[in-house]
Amino acid sequence: MAESILQVRGLVKHFPLTQGILFKKQVGAVQAVDGVDFDLYAGETLGIVGESGCGKSTVAKLLMNLERPTAGEIIFKGDDITKLSGRALKAVRRNIQMVFQDPYTSLNPRMTVGDIIGEPYEIHPEVAPKGERRKKVQDLLDVVGLNPEYINRYPHQFSGGQRQRIGIARGLALRPEIIVADEPVSALDVSVQAQVINLMERLQDEFSLSYMFIAHDLSIVRHISDRVGVMYLGKIVEIGDDAQIYEHPTHPYTQALLSAVPVPDPDAREHRERIVLSGDVPSPANPPSGCRFRTRCWKAQERCAFEIPLLAVPAVFRGLDSPAAHDSACHFAEEKPTVVPPEAPPVEPPHEPPPDKQP
Amino acid sequence: MTTTEVSAEGTARPSAPLLDVRDLHVEFRTRDGVARAVNGVSYTVKAAETLAVLGESGSGKSVTAQAIMGILDSPPGFVTKGEILFQGRDLLTMNAEERRKVRGAKMAMIFQDALSALNPVMSVGDQLAEMFIVHEGLSRKDSKAKAIELMDRVRIPAARERVGQYPHQFSGGMRQRIMIAMALALEPELIIADEPTTALDVTVQAQVMELLAELQREYSMGLILITHDLGVVADVADYIAVMYAGRIVETSPVHDIYRRPAHPYTKGLLASIPRLDQKGQELYAIKGLPPNLLHIPPGCAFNPRCPMAQAVCRTDEPPLYDVSPTRASACHFWKECLDG
Amino acid sequence: MPEPDNHRDEAIEPAGGTGASINLAQDEARSLERRPGGGQAPGGPAEKPRSLWSDAWRDLRRNSIFVISALVIIFLVVISLWPSLIASGNPLSCNLGNSQKGSTPGHPFGFDNQGCDVYTRVVYGARASVTVGVCATLGAAILGSVLGGLAGFFGGWGDAILSRVSDIFFGIPIVLGGLVFLSVITNTTVWPVVGFIVLLGWPQIGRIARGSVITARQNDYVQAARALGAGNSRLLLRHIAPNAVAPVIVVATIALGTYISLEATLSYLGVGLKPPTVSWGIDISQASSQIRNAPHMLLWPAGALSVTVLAFIMLGDAVRDALDPKLH
Repeated sequence: MAESILQVRGLVKHFPLTQGILFKKQVGAVQAVDGVDFDLYAGETLGIVGESGCGKSTVAKLLMNLERPTAGEIIFKGDDITKLSGRALKAVRRNIQMVFQDPYTSLNPRMTVGDIIGEPYEIHPEVAPKGERRKKVQDLLDVVGLNPEYINRYPHQFSGGQRQRIGIARGLALRPEIIVADEPVSALDVSVQAQVINLMERLQDEFSLSYMFIAHDLSIVRHISDRVGVMYLGKIVEIGDDAQIYEHPTHPYTQALLSAVPVPDPDAREHRERIVLSGDVPSPANPPSGCRFRTRCWKAQERCAFEIPLLAVPAVFRGLDSPAAHDSACHFAEEKPTVVPPEAPPVEPPHEPPPDKQP
Repeated sequence: MTTTEVSAEGTARPSAPLLDVRDLHVEFRTRDGVARAVNGVSYTVKAAETLAVLGESGSGKSVTAQAIMGILDSPPGFVTKGEILFQGRDLLTMNAEERRKVRGAKMAMIFQDALSALNPVMSVGDQLAEMFIVHEGLSRKDSKAKAIELMDRVRIPAARERVGQYPHQFSGGMRQRIMIAMALALEPELIIADEPTTALDVTVQAQVMELLAELQREYSMGLILITHDLGVVADVADYIAVMYAGRIVETSPVHDIYRRPAHPYTKGLLASIPRLDQKGQELYAIKGLPPNLLHIPPGCAFNPRCPMAQAVCRTDEPPLYDVSPTRASACHFWKECLDG
Repeated sequence: MPEPDNHRDEAIEPAGGTGASINLAQDEARSLERRPGGGQAPGGPAEKPRSLWSDAWRDLRRNSIFVISALVIIFLVVISLWPSLIASGNPLSCNLGNSQKGSTPGHPFGFDNQGCDVYTRVVYGARASVTVGVCATLGAAILGSVLGGLAGFFGGWGDAILSRVSDIFFGIPIVLGGLVFLSVITNTTVWPVVGFIVLLGWPQIGRIARGSVITARQNDYVQAARALGAGNSRLLLRHIAPNAVAPVIVVATIALGTYISLEATLSYLGVGLKPPTVSWGIDISQASSQIRNAPHMLLWPAGALSVTVLAFIMLGDAVRDALDPKLH
């Protein structure tokens, strides 16, 4: 396995809930992230999936040092970046960059594309001397598949997909090693999503990037990720490589999530068993005791209410040479046959008809 | 412009349609010019049938629905041509009063964003009850009882206790259930659901779609499901109409289109979505961008993005060719598309 | 940067292009260029880029209300700088013998109580109104947007204190405050009045500035700049201020009109400007007791005041419409 370049250990982020106008009193806390551990390996894509409110976006903000964690460490090249500030933090930022979800709010509408992509060089002037910046910005536009002549245009003159390319170019400007992408394609049209996904894959090879790819769309995450972590209410409940998670999930939440994904194959609807969860996700301000999924879990027993399941290879699979032997935070982890129904063979993309077929 | 009847009145769909949209044209007159949002759309929906209208943003799928419901923003939007026959009567020639009676009582709509579609300062019970007071003239007490019954029916737990709560006190999935309850209140014959589950999480999405499908069967309503999600369509639809640049490019029963699409746009879309059951190779990407509705390309609107495009596609707008008694495709090369 | 060539093998030869793009790029480029005017991507690369400000300016030029009010304001500014351009007399040279006389040749607006030429006084009165309006607005806008902006950006206890302080200022009835504060000042220049209006006017602008900075601060592009390592001054000046300034401009333009009428009100009450300063408010005050005998003495300065206030408020309205992104 490749070298681990980012280690996250015991990451916790609680947002205090306060009352009062001038003198604020803490009355509780939203436990957005509550004890998350994972490693990011060089050159891989780690996908994080989960429903809204599971804390996946907060993890992204913590990795980017846009929020300070309540507890825990994020170790990049031996340094805990959560403890850094000033010059040292600025230096680390060059290596970890972000692509945002909404291409309409992530670009400053008052700046030209050239200024937006060139801003990293203004903040880190040591990366590129002044005279070279324009050329570098044009190269970046070219790399992300935009016409370099558009350097003087404003963001509102572009479509959503093109804006997302501009955001990616900005993220690449400092040649980072890690890119954190928070729902980078969910705001785009279906036909444009594939363009951006392919671009991200090409750039990963070209610039040897490691990706943290955060999304709610399980199909896209499977497509782009080498490993996948599933989050629920501030915790990672299951993590493994894509085949382990998608073909041999052992956590009931992962199984329910996968079985609920609408599959683009009408025949699959007849021979699939859909696990429909009852109720809604509990509030992260007041999560259930023990296993946080127990209130919606069909396997929950008394033990789940008072014993927090740890993220580790479950005892039943320990030592087995099976894809089911991966980290899963469930007391009653077990495999479930065909969670993901097989789909029809892929449709061939349209192609140019041979000349003799033309009417 | 040539348009043929979308769902050919063939053997597969014998009964008279509940809704029959014929050659509908809608345009938006904006400062920058006339945006032709809907350019000759025809489709039919029968009782107890689900028609999925699939398309990207700007394809005209929502504008068509707004024109059917009579809630088009006008100006800038104008229906310039066409007929919308509902149970045989043209909605477009009705006066405002008649139309208002049809809306709500005979056809209802479910929106994507339930939070903004519900009145934030009125309790959900009052909003549901209002439907009965206004349309059926029930007393306040009876209508409240009906509201609770409806909330039970869409499986909102503890309906009796929650009837006095306000929309923000419900979760996204529960709010969408309230929207469904409001749409169902007067037992309409047709429901139009515009991206009803797009804003919801996957597990909640499954619950809501299941509820909607079940209620549709129970009341044998016609359902128009407007969505961009090929997965949701495959789950619930009977028929599909694929829209692009304000036109229907392909219609088909749901089972045929996923295996053998007859239009290169549908084909490209199906090839470009990642799969859940296997990792797959590099995604196929439809090149370019959807067209600007102010300047729709001449000929077939899809031709600049189509790998199959020939000279004829840049000059002649393709009519909807009959592919089979139940299928149609607006592509000059639908045979090649079907076989290749 | 890597060699930009290592992905070009995918490139299809663009028709007559620079050959510097992958196929996707070229397709998007073409579809962009295919859209003359309007839509998301107007014009080809040759067209001058349009910023939101230039879009707003293009809107304003077409707006007749804006054009009319701007012309009125330009006229007012010019005559307040060089009143002698259109009025040859001296507003302070009066002849009691002409007291309350009506219109005569060479004196179209007639004479006031002291026998001063009303036309000359109305022209010269513009200077006081425009000076007070512009200076008070500038002062209130600068103070309000700096304090409000910093409070909105940093939040915390500073914000809490500032909000409460501005609440206190909001609580002061402005005319009563003027009567109390200004009656003790004997200085006859415009500056005490300007200072007083700034003092009571900044919380309004500060509140707007604070709100729009808080809105702008939450945008992803501010997060993106922070993630790049941008410091607070860059965030504020480059990312937040340009996106938060529009509402402040709108409110300040409308406030300018109300400050002018406030000056007139204070002068009318005898606590604003004081003779020998020439002001519409003073003239209105002196004329009001004679309204039955000589209405012209009141109508001309009051009319000038109304037109001026209206012009600024309409200008503010037009600017708001042009800057409102929802209308685009």
